[in-house]
Amino acid sequence: MASLAATFGRGAMTNGWTDVANADVILVMGGNPAENHPVGFRFTMEAKRNRRARIVTVDPRFNRTAAVSDQYVPIRAGSDIAFLGGLLNHALANDLYHREYVASHTNATFIVGEGYGFENGLFSGWDGESETYDTSGWGYELDGDGYARVDETMEHPRSVFQLMREHYSRYTPQMVSDICGCTAEEFTRAAEVICSTGAAGRAGTILYALGWTQHSHSVQLIHTAAMLQLILGNIGMPGGGINAQRGHSNIQGATDLGAWNALPGYLKIPRAHQASLQDYIDENSPRPLRPNSMNYWSNTNRFMVSLLKAWYGDNAAAANGFGYDNLPKPDADDDYSWATIFERAYTGDLEGLVSFGMNPVAGGPNTPKMLEGLANLRWLIVAECFETETAAFWKAADAAGEYYPGARAAADIDTEVFLLPAACFAEKDGTMVNSSRWLQWKHAALDPPGDAWKDQDIIAALFLRLQELYREEGGAGADSLLNMTWDWRNPRSPDLAEVSREINGRGPDGRQISSFAELADDGSTVCGNWLYAGSFTEDGNMAARRGQEDPTGLGLYAGWAWNWPLNRRILYNRASADAEGNPWDPERAPIRWDGSTWVGDVPDYGATAAPDAFGAFIMVPEGVARLYTVDSFAEGPLPEHYEPVESPVDNLLHPEVGSNPAARTMMSAIDSLGSPEDYPYIGTTYRLTEHYHYWTKNVDGPSELQPHFFVEVPEELAAEKAIANGDTVRVWSARGEVRGQAMVTRRMRGLQVDGRTIYQVGLPIHWGFLGRVTGPLVNNLSPSVFDPNSGTPEYKGFLVNIEKIA
Amino acid sequence: MSQDLQAVSATPGGAAGSDVDTTSLAKLIDTSTCIGCKACEAACQEWNDHPVTLAPFDGTYQSQPDLSHSFWNLIKFNETEIDGAPAWLMSKYQCMHCIDPGCLRSCPAPGAIVQHANGIVDFVPEQCIGCGYCMTGCPFDVPKFDPYTKKVYKCTLCTDRVSVGLEPACIKACPTSCLTFGARDELIQIAEERAETLREDGFQAAGVYNPAGVGGTQVLYVLRHADQPEAYGLPADPQIPWTVTLWKGPLKWLGNLVFVGGVLGAFLHYVRYGPQAEEAPEDARDGE
Repeated sequence: MASLAATFGRGAMTNGWTDVANADVILVMGGNPAENHPVGFRFTMEAKRNRRARIVTVDPRFNRTAAVSDQYVPIRAGSDIAFLGGLLNHALANDLYHREYVASHTNATFIVGEGYGFENGLFSGWDGESETYDTSGWGYELDGDGYARVDETMEHPRSVFQLMREHYSRYTPQMVSDICGCTAEEFTRAAEVICSTGAAGRAGTILYALGWTQHSHSVQLIHTAAMLQLILGNIGMPGGGINAQRGHSNIQGATDLGAWNALPGYLKIPRAHQASLQDYIDENSPRPLRPNSMNYWSNTNRFMVSLLKAWYGDNAAAANGFGYDNLPKPDADDDYSWATIFERAYTGDLEGLVSFGMNPVAGGPNTPKMLEGLANLRWLIVAECFETETAAFWKAADAAGEYYPGARAAADIDTEVFLLPAACFAEKDGTMVNSSRWLQWKHAALDPPGDAWKDQDIIAALFLRLQELYREEGGAGADSLLNMTWDWRNPRSPDLAEVSREINGRGPDGRQISSFAELADDGSTVCGNWLYAGSFTEDGNMAARRGQEDPTGLGLYAGWAWNWPLNRRILYNRASADAEGNPWDPERAPIRWDGSTWVGDVPDYGATAAPDAFGAFIMVPEGVARLYTVDSFAEGPLPEHYEPVESPVDNLLHPEVGSNPAARTMMSAIDSLGSPEDYPYIGTTYRLTEHYHYWTKNVDGPSELQPHFFVEVPEELAAEKAIANGDTVRVWSARGEVRGQAMVTRRMRGLQVDGRTIYQVGLPIHWGFLGRVTGPLVNNLSPSVFDPNSGTPEYKGFLVNIEKIA
Repeated sequence: MSQDLQAVSATPGGAAGSDVDTTSLAKLIDTSTCIGCKACEAACQEWNDHPVTLAPFDGTYQSQPDLSHSFWNLIKFNETEIDGAPAWLMSKYQCMHCIDPGCLRSCPAPGAIVQHANGIVDFVPEQCIGCGYCMTGCPFDVPKFDPYTKKVYKCTLCTDRVSVGLEPACIKACPTSCLTFGARDELIQIAEERAETLREDGFQAAGVYNPAGVGGTQVLYVLRHADQPEAYGLPADPQIPWTVTLWKGPLKWLGNLVFVGGVLGAFLHYVRYGPQAEEAPEDARDGE
């Protein structure tokens, strides 16, 4: 999501599930939607049945999606940027890109300053000491008014277009083949299909998921894909876009409402040096880089003040910066992401942990480190509908000591563990926000059983008790809690519709607002998340709507649930038309300019703004999408292929810079990396359609459909190791080992990489030491290596060894 | 049974399949859009309230090695190679509801297997004697014996749901709409059109699986490689076993002839020789 926000302005699937049915070409890469998103995949099948869409699947395994695709290309885990760079090169070198789109709607025309450079795998400004870039040399050339200089012809040698063309000219079909392991012919055949969507009348989409996010260079990887879709003119188009398929039913909602590095609505976390609200607003209200940039984040003040009013109510006033002082403010380089939390737990620098709807012992990398980290806590609170491996971490030595030889016995663990039985999804109402950004209201199907409580009741009980303790005893940060409003009709069990109404926001007259345009910065408006303004208006709960009308015939279904922002179904839809507002494809125009207003989908643009009034990408200061990004990532402005941190091969483009120089690799005593001599094979983890994460192994039905952990082994490797189908094998890495039965398959083949054969081993994730069915936790194998921007661990592509044991 | 019956096992009346045609219902499985997600398996298990069976690992993605008396709907995962490229052919396997059902033909228990007027072939456990002849009679190896109840079970095409206007559970659950349910003649037309599209898209051998050897089936398949149904785990040319056809065909008439001949002979014997004289009853009494 970090990547899409930096490229286009918002971190979400650009189009939506139903829209995939409009595609002519569907590239599935870094995801396996037939396996993991089977319900959403129906729209891929509709595209195939009704539009004769071509489906190309690129994956280490010939998977369920590949089985119904028109073309399958094998690829080495972690080499995706090389493949996508090859596609960029194919489109640019063969003139298959959408030239007019690129010139109108991207920063290809922008001229970059002379400080930018790239050599031997590193961009200019690299500081090997701090392992960071000084980005000051990469900015655009500015004119006297502070706007970026552009060259509409894109011929200027320092135009983004020319820099991009030169950068990716190295990614020839042969180079792609040498790095990725597919043949040059396989690559070129796929490239021809994918790049055919550069024509104005054709639309292609990309479906991806965790196969792209779980790398040490994942944000760069996704940016490469976004660049490809931009040069092919596929962003903003029905049937186009870059469609991030979220890994859980409500993870989009979770990120929309804030994670550690964002407040609700992707407002940035205040940092220690931003002492006042004004400092915060000044730093987070970007300056437009072109005269016609709408630059919507210049409204940060309205969003932030309205949020503070929602949180602190009458305690938020202009005189006290609307309660800005109540917010915690980490230092500029502080990091409270996943990687850091468990690093701190491991080093004893964390007192306690509240784990809601998460199972970090199962889901986190390097299981022994997770177990030891939790054993160092004073207390651990887990709210769950099952006893999870996290709640029962202290049983690991007893239950599965063969996998966790270093795990402490229960008697040696002092952590006080509270397992709070919580309602499951069907036992509470509220919205879930799917990958399409649809807020869909659901009703509770039944009451929570036994002592289980709804999540909001658990949180309310914690909040009220903590408030009481602070009131009685005081303590550091007491004001943050004491100043907070908690005026729900039932404070012990807030009604989620009431919460949704606050998230939507209300105006000075106390009425529900219908757009964030109504928000003010004077404290007269209240809004829990500006992006959700319009979801619960005076007309009622928009998320509960179930209208099935589709007047455009494009599958927009404007009356079904509610789509952030402003019920807009296709993001960046202004880019579906040229500078004059004429649609690139009249058959598939999500919006049309009728001379005075835009009709169709909710325009991602001023509703009555003339086609030439603004750039098409209203959320970024450039006003156009960014092929080249300056201050967004820990890496350079153009994505480059880097190997996984544990890789069996050198980086063929620049052997001296192998993996992402900016990647975060934890190197505590329990973290270690393996060498290709000891661990010659690539391990990659994935999910199966039969199970949901580490959850359904507790349930009869899914357990019956797939009771067993197994290891997928390529036929040739199995022959070398004398492994027969069904034999028990041991797979081990520098962190730990797993055992399971081998599934010997032709669906994974040995790949020719840099002149030698590389094998990959497939490891489905769903088992653990508790449940209806049990098995090893595969993250016993994965390393504590993370993308520097998103903090996502590198689960796709690490080194293992394998042997037959029975 | 609220529905009209077309044929009933071991009972005189309409021959199986003789009137099952345009009015019959069918299920279409478009394997080219089946993703092997097993939603149909889960729905079948749930609707029929089957017990959970954790099968041993058999080295495939398949839930069970084969259908069983409590697992009536199985996706087969056929890993193969076609024209040098890997292929993973997923095909839903269940009762084919044959127009001319070998199971019904071979069943000796009156009323244990019925064919409804809508074409559904259903087993009636109350009448089943557990002889297993239906298992021999089925060319698709579908009916399975339950050693506990000593009866044989298989997919009912959700006749309980269908009889109240609902689609079968598997159809309801399918996320990609690779499964459809409706009038058989219409589905055959849809299937042929889909196969034509696939042929145009480069799958030259695409076609519809509706084998003639059993009079056609009410479970129809669209196959990308219709010239190789075995690759999907489907028999190339299923036929009712000759033992069944012989037994219920010529042999049955021969049997009837022998039976009728016997009765006739007895009658003629009676006419010719009169009633048999009672043997001396004293002998019998002696033996007591």
